[in-house]
Amino acid sequence: MNPARTLFLLLVALLVFCFGLAASLAPRFQALENSVHQSDNIFNLLLGDASRIFANSSFVEADAYYHSGYYPTIFDNKAAFQTAHIAEDTGAVASHNQGEETSFMGPPRDWIDAFGRNFIPNRHTHLDEGGADDLSGSKEVREILPWLKLSAELDPENVKTYTVTAFWLRTRLNQVAEAELVLREGLRHNPDNAQLLFELGRIYFENYHNSARARNIWEAALRSWARQAPGVPQSKRLEKTNENFDDRFLFEQLQTYLAQLEEKAGNLDAAIARWEQAKLASPNPQDLQKHIDELKQKHTGSDGVSPASF
Amino acid sequence: MNNIFAVAGIVIKELYRRKDFYVLFILTVVICLVMASVNIYNDNEIIRYIKSICLLLIWVSSLVIAITTTARQIPAEREQRTLLPLLAKPLSRTQLIFGKFLGCWLACGLVLVCFYAFFGALAASREHHWPLLNYFQAAFLHWMTLGVVIALTLLGSLVFAAPSSNSTICFVAVAAILCVGRYLDAVALTRPEPVRSILWTIYYAIPHLEIPFDMRNLIVHDWPLIGWKFIGLDALYSLAYATVFLVAACLVFRRKAVN
Repeated sequence: MNPARTLFLLLVALLVFCFGLAASLAPRFQALENSVHQSDNIFNLLLGDASRIFANSSFVEADAYYHSGYYPTIFDNKAAFQTAHIAEDTGAVASHNQGEETSFMGPPRDWIDAFGRNFIPNRHTHLDEGGADDLSGSKEVREILPWLKLSAELDPENVKTYTVTAFWLRTRLNQVAEAELVLREGLRHNPDNAQLLFELGRIYFENYHNSARARNIWEAALRSWARQAPGVPQSKRLEKTNENFDDRFLFEQLQTYLAQLEEKAGNLDAAIARWEQAKLASPNPQDLQKHIDELKQKHTGSDGVSPASF
Repeated sequence: MNNIFAVAGIVIKELYRRKDFYVLFILTVVICLVMASVNIYNDNEIIRYIKSICLLLIWVSSLVIAITTTARQIPAEREQRTLLPLLAKPLSRTQLIFGKFLGCWLACGLVLVCFYAFFGALAASREHHWPLLNYFQAAFLHWMTLGVVIALTLLGSLVFAAPSSNSTICFVAVAAILCVGRYLDAVALTRPEPVRSILWTIYYAIPHLEIPFDMRNLIVHDWPLIGWKFIGLDALYSLAYATVFLVAACLVFRRKAVN
């Protein structure tokens, strides 16, 4: 056989083999790459679903730091600490706490217990209200951040961790840019989450004073809130039960903030419509009704339209 | 007394010839520095989590050093056949036990000085204040607690056959006391008889090592000083338990064949 022809045929065979190998390996590499992206989080890779338990422990540790170590163990009465105070103080979650938070230890059981209490934190304090020595500034609350960061890394899908972290960064530590980054990180893991969008809107409204951007974000949050329970009527979602407190609270807050925004912009019609919506979810609808009446009066005074027209 | 100090001196020299302390100290330093290098929302003044980790590592390291050093003292003398020549000198068995105890205790004291000096430097690097008296209280009670652990391990080294089994049993016992010792009475209240009585007996019988251990929270969260009266009482409490274990060790050693 002609050696040149043999060489040519060998080259063609090699080309076909290479093409076939590439076509066979490409989808496998793609699948492998996807699986690597899915297990980006080292904790998830190592711990699996158990990472959520550790994330919760880390969140509780942050709350213990908020109390400067004065915190119940599994052997103590935890009724007053069912909801972490760091989350409760943000005003964004339902509180399940009952009883007196200052005396979860109860009276000493014996002399060893009484003696041992001299060597452990024995007074209820909050880090942003003076801390253990009653002298610390509100910025001492920064000490809870490592545990919140760890909690977020262990369970990136827990929205509460991001909102609580952003709240303390924004309100006590004045680190608004960091708070925004935390919320955006949360949105990366929980796209389109209404709670995170609400908090992000607050940053634009309260800190950046960018009303237009805040309105867009809050309206997106409302749309997301509506999409969270497709097929469930709004009236059902706003029924006053303990189970749906967070849902109602978020709706009320979104409508309230949007109403304030409209009032600030002078759009009284839109503001009244928002307040009416907020009233549906509010625990104190009478107060909102008073405000609505005032707005209607003001509106009537300004353009002569009678309140009955609303 | 001179004999006791002579034996103690040898134990201290042994500690600084061995690598245990250096390894644990360097490990503690490295872990703490790595933790301190973590960027947490660009805030460079966060310190309490580092203090907490550092104190925990100090406790673990000191317990490891105390138990492993003490557990091998008497068995090593026996294995190397130096126990008989040692007792042939004008040195009683009681003096040997007290010498070994004192040596291990003082060696642990030196170890604690190094560890707490590092802890103080680490805390001061971010807190910009130095509550020396608080650190002294913590280190002092820590040292007193190690005295109880050392006496217990010394007694164990005369009762159990091998240093490894003695170390393991001591570690388990100490860890159990540190973790649940404080709550045994609360657990007892919820149990029926005779478990309740057994738990109460254990609760009152064990040395409550967790009292100084739990004090870490006061240091981490900058609580004010503890009353010196309570520090003194806890020191006496620890000394009483250490004495009980040492007397028991002397009694066991007096009846034990050394060859």
